[in-house]
Amino acid sequence: MKHLPVLATAMTLAMTVTMAEAKTFVYCSEASPEGFDPAPYTSGGTFDASAHPIYNRLTEFKKGTTEVEPGLAESWEVSEDGLEYTFKLRQGVKWHSNEKFTPTRDFNADDVVFSYERQASADHPWNQYVAGITYEYFNSMDMPNLVKSVEKIDDYTVKITLNSPEAPFLANIAMPFASIISKEYAETLEAAGTKEDLNNLPIGTGPFKFVAYQKDAVIRYTKNAEYWGTAPLIDDLVFAITPDAAVRLQKLKAGECHLMPYPAPADIDGIRADSNLKLDEQAGLNVGYLAYNTTIAPFDNAKVRKALNMAINKQAIVDAVFQGHAEGAKNPIPPTMWSYNDAIVDDAYDPEASKKMLEEEGVKDLSMKIWAMPVQRPYMPNARRTAEMMQEDLSKVGVKVEIVSYEWGEYLAKSMEAGRDGAVILGWTGDNGDPDNFLSVLLSCDSAVEGGANRAFWCNEEFSALLKDAKVTADPAERTALYEQAQVIFKDQAPWYTIAHSTQYVPMSAKVSGFVMSPLGDFTFETVDIAE
Amino acid sequence: MTDTTVKLSDAAIRRKMLAEFWFYFSQNRGAVVGLVVFVLLVLIAAFASLIAPHDPTMQYRDALLVPPVWDEAGRSSFLLGTDAVGRDILSRLIFGAQYSLFIGIVVVSIALVGGIIIGLLAGFFGGWVDTVIMRVMDVILAFPSLLLALVLVAILGPGLTNAMIAIAIVYQPHFARLTRAAVMTEMKREYVTAARVAGAGNFRLMFKTILPNCLAPLIVQATLSFSSAVLDSAALGFLGMGAQPPSPEWGTMLAEAREFILSAWWVVTFPGIAILVSVLAINLMGDGLRDALDPKLKRS
Amino acid sequence: MARFILSKLLYLVPTFLGITIIAFSFVRILPGDPVLLMAGERGVSPERHAELSAQLGYDKSVVLQYFDFLGRLFQGDLGNSLVTKKPVLGEFMALFPATVELGLCAIIIATLIGVPVGVMAAIKRGSWFDQISMTTALVGFSMPIFWWGLLLIIFFSGILGWTPVSGRISLMYYFPDTTGFMLIDSLMSGQKGAFSSALSHLILPSVVLATIPLAVIARQTRSAMLEVMGEDYVRTARAKGMPERRVIGIHALRNAMIPVITTIGLQVGVLMAGAILTETIFSWPGIGKWMIDSISRRDYPVVQSGLLLIAGLVMVVNLLVDLTYGLINPRIRNK
Repeated sequence: MKHLPVLATAMTLAMTVTMAEAKTFVYCSEASPEGFDPAPYTSGGTFDASAHPIYNRLTEFKKGTTEVEPGLAESWEVSEDGLEYTFKLRQGVKWHSNEKFTPTRDFNADDVVFSYERQASADHPWNQYVAGITYEYFNSMDMPNLVKSVEKIDDYTVKITLNSPEAPFLANIAMPFASIISKEYAETLEAAGTKEDLNNLPIGTGPFKFVAYQKDAVIRYTKNAEYWGTAPLIDDLVFAITPDAAVRLQKLKAGECHLMPYPAPADIDGIRADSNLKLDEQAGLNVGYLAYNTTIAPFDNAKVRKALNMAINKQAIVDAVFQGHAEGAKNPIPPTMWSYNDAIVDDAYDPEASKKMLEEEGVKDLSMKIWAMPVQRPYMPNARRTAEMMQEDLSKVGVKVEIVSYEWGEYLAKSMEAGRDGAVILGWTGDNGDPDNFLSVLLSCDSAVEGGANRAFWCNEEFSALLKDAKVTADPAERTALYEQAQVIFKDQAPWYTIAHSTQYVPMSAKVSGFVMSPLGDFTFETVDIAE
Repeated sequence: MTDTTVKLSDAAIRRKMLAEFWFYFSQNRGAVVGLVVFVLLVLIAAFASLIAPHDPTMQYRDALLVPPVWDEAGRSSFLLGTDAVGRDILSRLIFGAQYSLFIGIVVVSIALVGGIIIGLLAGFFGGWVDTVIMRVMDVILAFPSLLLALVLVAILGPGLTNAMIAIAIVYQPHFARLTRAAVMTEMKREYVTAARVAGAGNFRLMFKTILPNCLAPLIVQATLSFSSAVLDSAALGFLGMGAQPPSPEWGTMLAEAREFILSAWWVVTFPGIAILVSVLAINLMGDGLRDALDPKLKRS
Repeated sequence: MARFILSKLLYLVPTFLGITIIAFSFVRILPGDPVLLMAGERGVSPERHAELSAQLGYDKSVVLQYFDFLGRLFQGDLGNSLVTKKPVLGEFMALFPATVELGLCAIIIATLIGVPVGVMAAIKRGSWFDQISMTTALVGFSMPIFWWGLLLIIFFSGILGWTPVSGRISLMYYFPDTTGFMLIDSLMSGQKGAFSSALSHLILPSVVLATIPLAVIARQTRSAMLEVMGEDYVRTARAKGMPERRVIGIHALRNAMIPVITTIGLQVGVLMAGAILTETIFSWPGIGKWMIDSISRRDYPVVQSGLLLIAGLVMVVNLLVDLTYGLINPRIRNK
């Protein structure tokens, strides 16, 4: 039996258990982690609890940016043709230990090969270590087709060979699914017959060691004193799982936690006014949009789409739905992303001109459907409310709107069915900070098919060709030029009504210092500290 | 208002029984208060478009989250304040009354008709028909009602109609059981045998002869179900599975208002009070009905 | 007696089979595809979709899937969650104590207050106590508890700051789950203040969950008492000059308790429904919230096995109530 009285500083309750030196940081997280192996899962909440505190990857995103920097790989070389990546691994990196496992060796190339291969090949003994497990991110980032082989050259050198050049590859492997797990730990678990513990009792190389998880309630971590990077400033890290935003805020105010994600937009002003709290903010790496079905008349006509776009009051939506906590969007990618084309001018809100344009195109008595998704997402706090506002705006130019909604899974499926009736409200949050991750996924011809994510079914050859060129170009300046050009075509053709890029807010106790917001929306705590 | 006496076609007797019913009902002060509130509610719902100061879905974009009139920041045009998109809360509450009454009536009607038919069949025919039907009812009753309704709504898709259907399905076994029990008692009575000897067909026996004599407990159960239906549909709305915005259903309004519990109390408080008051009124009435219809309690 | 129990048990078999059919088929006709939900906004290619469906067994015929399900059920395997990939039974057991703790506390509060109030109201029939308590009970019975919970949070946690906002115990205490019941575990941990912390976290949710059962029990107790006090043997006892206190204590109360116990037993279903709302409002890590989340995530195995477990539980409790009733009242047993 282990008794670890964990101390929460500045708690309102009488403190009888005192351990003056220990610093405990409490994070009121939003969702329960699905598991602690990052590879099979896709949600940010799971990664915040697994990939970021516990594990490392070959490359890492530099804190607060989407730039790639060395992680477990100290350096790398890329061959001329862009197909071979040779990674030099960091030496002397220690694995965590727990009651069941004490590592006998440091991190090495075997672990890297193991971590990739178990996801890549279906007959790998660790591919199905829990029945029914799937590697969605690995698949959706197209790794099975992209990666030809992962080979160990020596203990501290790994070579990854690609089938085709891919400029965003180094960013891909900085993503949580590519976390490196210990081969030795896997072998220990296999010998003990408890393979599933890889997902329950994780062992990594990251800044925090896993201590315990009480389902849907609390996760506890402790500092990894042997961390290869800069060791954390706090001693214990606790995630208090609190799904409701209002409750999270109350806990923060009551001093029951130090930092929380995703405050309700309505509460932002109150948080600003509270001297015990402070608020970090940053434009999120996301976009919310309304995608027309560009294959169906009259929405196959770019001028009609433009006219409708001009009829909707964007600022009103930003004010009422986002409570002003967003930036009206003019491009499909957010302004924090490199290659954002700021020279583009948004369509002005002008119902009169819109009406005229519709008349010119011979569109009369138009009635259409707008799909409003049933759930709240980072890019769209309330789709229903947005749809209602669009409905009212469009009625002023003589367009009748019916709002429809489906259960979330069904919504996602039906909105991708060919011949869909109506325009769909949806959005996207970036995975790896690369423009390709927005433009190719959401707007290219390749993704305008079943199983893709191009919900405008918009296939513009010129636009898609620009994206393809950019993908195989290594030079960032050249890529930027290509993406900027693509955004001009997008604006001209208007397959979407771009709604907004929501601002991400992180409220925290005024005692907290050193928190760095991630443009990718991650919550990481190795740099935070709390004042006494 | 209740025809417990269809069998006896004598108008005088009917009038007398009604008078007796009203006598016992009006003895219960709570029931009368409940009735008055309920009638008010019906009037409000019926004349909503005349009473409501604003269109319930009209968004006043210059008046987002305005507090009630007695607050310093309140405005006289919005007596109970506005919600996050500037809709008048009072108007929404007034139109919400239509939803609650409508939900109650539809749910009770479906459950009542369904339950009566099923219960009559089971009680009248007995044997394996009875066994099968009652087992199915047992199975439905084994699930907590709200959970079952939630799963049903998930199957049918969120929305007001589906929520009403789901709740009615969940309530229906209560009516079926009551009807069956009453039918089985009545079947032994002499008048039934007499009617049968006189050559009445099954259908006539079931609906004309037996049913009118089982109505009292059904009426009481119907009022109870009416109030539960209002509560449960509000709960479904609250969980995002009932009426969908922008319809001003009270539970749905509460669900939308949840993010404001710290910053705008009025958005949260008023819909809840509306639900409580109407459910309470119906329950008060139900108590009175039960006392007036149940001869056993009348005696004591 | 054995025959009575046996017949009751046999009666349950078809009901239980009915429950498995409902749980299974409901979940199978839920619209929405778990594979698509996992993919989110990104979408999934048709080939990959087929591959995943096959892996999860959703490509087989529904009848085959049902027998698979039933077969595994009898081996105690309830399947794995699609979201966490972990066994459903394990997840249920991890969360179940939290719900039981909350439910038990609620029913204890409801009984301890409801029964005395009901008895008092019956004795002092027509008094102001009777009127006020019964009106209050009716208000409680009419309460939308999700709203009631929000009000209590605003008042006690927000304005007064007396009770914590959510969770089961303050995070400053950490001890292993031995029983899963926070009150017992916190006592056993020996850490000072842990028990009172657990108690203060439990109080608001229990009160909210207890509201409706409390009202029902109080009303039921009152009417049961009134009925018994009208019976001949009570009148006789009274006529014979037995002191009022004894009349009530010995004759009335004991006989009135039979229907009251049944009522209390029947609140289990009500509690489970209430738990869904209460746990959602208080972020209480229990079965109710788990079910809601799983329904919205289309986690088939969890919804179907959860429905089964909850219905099974309600069935068993109802059986126990029936048996107790049979024990107290032999007339029913020999019917």
